[in-house]
Amino acid sequence: MMALEIVESCVNCWACEPLCPNQAIVAATPHFLINADKCTECLGDHAKPQCAEICPIEGAIVNELNDPINPIGSLTGIPPERWAAARREIAAR
Amino acid sequence: MTPDPNVSSIVPKSGCTAGSCGSKADQMAGMPEHIRRKVEDHPCYSEKAHHHYARMHVAVAPACNIQCHYCNRKYDCANESRPGVVSEVLTPEQAVRKTLAVAAAIPQMSVLGIAGPGDPLANPERTFATFRGIAEKMPDIKLCVSTNGLALPDHVDALAACNIDHVTITINCVDADVGAQIYPWIFWQGERIRGREAARILIERQQLGLEMLVARGILVKVNSVLIPGVNDEHLKEVSRVVKAKGAFLHNVMPLIAEAEHGTFYGLMAQRSPSAEELQDLQDACEGDMNMMRHCRQCRADAVGLLGEDRGAEFTLEKIAGLNIDDAFLASAKAVRDATKQKITAALEEQQRRTELPAPQAVISFHRRKPSADEGRPVLMAVATKGGGLINEHFGHAREFLIYQVSTESAKLIGHRKTANYCSGGDSCGEEEDVLGNIIAALAGCEAVLCSKIGFEPWGRLEAAGIAPNGEHPMEPIEAALAAVWQEMRAAGKLRTPAPAQRCA
Repeated sequence: MMALEIVESCVNCWACEPLCPNQAIVAATPHFLINADKCTECLGDHAKPQCAEICPIEGAIVNELNDPINPIGSLTGIPPERWAAARREIAAR
Repeated sequence: MTPDPNVSSIVPKSGCTAGSCGSKADQMAGMPEHIRRKVEDHPCYSEKAHHHYARMHVAVAPACNIQCHYCNRKYDCANESRPGVVSEVLTPEQAVRKTLAVAAAIPQMSVLGIAGPGDPLANPERTFATFRGIAEKMPDIKLCVSTNGLALPDHVDALAACNIDHVTITINCVDADVGAQIYPWIFWQGERIRGREAARILIERQQLGLEMLVARGILVKVNSVLIPGVNDEHLKEVSRVVKAKGAFLHNVMPLIAEAEHGTFYGLMAQRSPSAEELQDLQDACEGDMNMMRHCRQCRADAVGLLGEDRGAEFTLEKIAGLNIDDAFLASAKAVRDATKQKITAALEEQQRRTELPAPQAVISFHRRKPSADEGRPVLMAVATKGGGLINEHFGHAREFLIYQVSTESAKLIGHRKTANYCSGGDSCGEEEDVLGNIIAALAGCEAVLCSKIGFEPWGRLEAAGIAPNGEHPMEPIEAALAAVWQEMRAAGKLRTPAPAQRCA
């Protein structure tokens, strides 16, 4: 089935919700959800899935293979190894 | 933990930096009366108002349509004070209710702003529903909004229709090559656009939005984040451009970048500017533009006077029990009106009593260079909790206002944040050297005025070459500064250059 999924790293920022041509996005807690029955990945409406185009959080939206549409480093420009190193530094304080 | 920003020293400046020096009367004459009236009780547009009037931000706008390298969209914290940070996002209904509650509890409140935590105009329904709800219940409260500008041209008419006459646009560049180093992407017409093209579109939309607002007579303040090595020199051009297009005030703020904030700049070790670099740039831009010097870079849910944050007093649970009916609103309005009258009367009285010429109402001006026998300008720090008075105990101050005092004026040039020295508990003076950090934060100042000061800090300040002064409690700041400056001159201290300061 073709549908995207929002996972737990979502920060509930609402950016995606009004853009969905199928009203498939549900403002839920702890994070927003996509109704898989309604999601078409924007086929026929937009060149690219709108939720994933505006989402600011890397990894928060995944495809049916669980692959992130916006992988780590792709939005912030922060290289993954720098992220990992920063996390280790902060955790060691 | 909020890092301790801007603790490096500031060297007092004298004379003027650019060709726009002139008498204050000339510059004030350049400001139309209707603009002066619009800003006289707006703490973010008027330096004088910020001592007396309070503002609040309601966090109704979580979505954003761009990414800035100084922002981390995951951030959510109750203990930090910086833009984009909030404790909880509100619905428009919750925001209206909270605003009504705050405006009843804090009668100095004059302004309601929407500043995020995303971009207010990327959340137009939530933003405008909030504005309409507040305008209907409390038409005396000024409404304002800040934006990155990308969606601004689409909403100028709606802003005008809502009677919003203060808009802040964050403009960090007018050159797409500079912008490409600040903005990794924007969301534009259904697509994520990256790189130089993203910056080009954003800049074009910001400039168009600025022009449209000015054409409708809406006051525009421009915020710029000073990013060393990226846009520092370029901001002088930004200042010229936005001034030429009719922006009313330019606010250059220092980049806040710490690794623990998880921002691109923080993680990539981009440094923040020193207090001296910030002041130099503000001085350089001032030749062309009214510069704002009292910005506190507050949270997107801040409540109270600019130097304080009373947001914790107004959580949704705490205001749930209030019965907000017509009588409640009417009585709150009456108290606000009386408060405004009191503030206006107090300001007039201060102005009458002070030996200085009328305090600058809205903006800071350059002065002519004083001659040698008049004495040099002196940096002084002030502990205040508002009201334009010396009314804060040294040990309780969380920030100090920094003034440059000369024969003609006391000019606010910034503020320095500190951890307060006296926490009142057993740990007073123990553990880390809090007092030493405060003294370091006051580097460059030759006096500190407060309502009271303890024995230990008195001695340490004196040893560091900063004269403690508790002789003007509850007096108006500018008159007290002028008196201290006159004493220093009478004592012959101003004929010599500022002494190099000793380590705290």
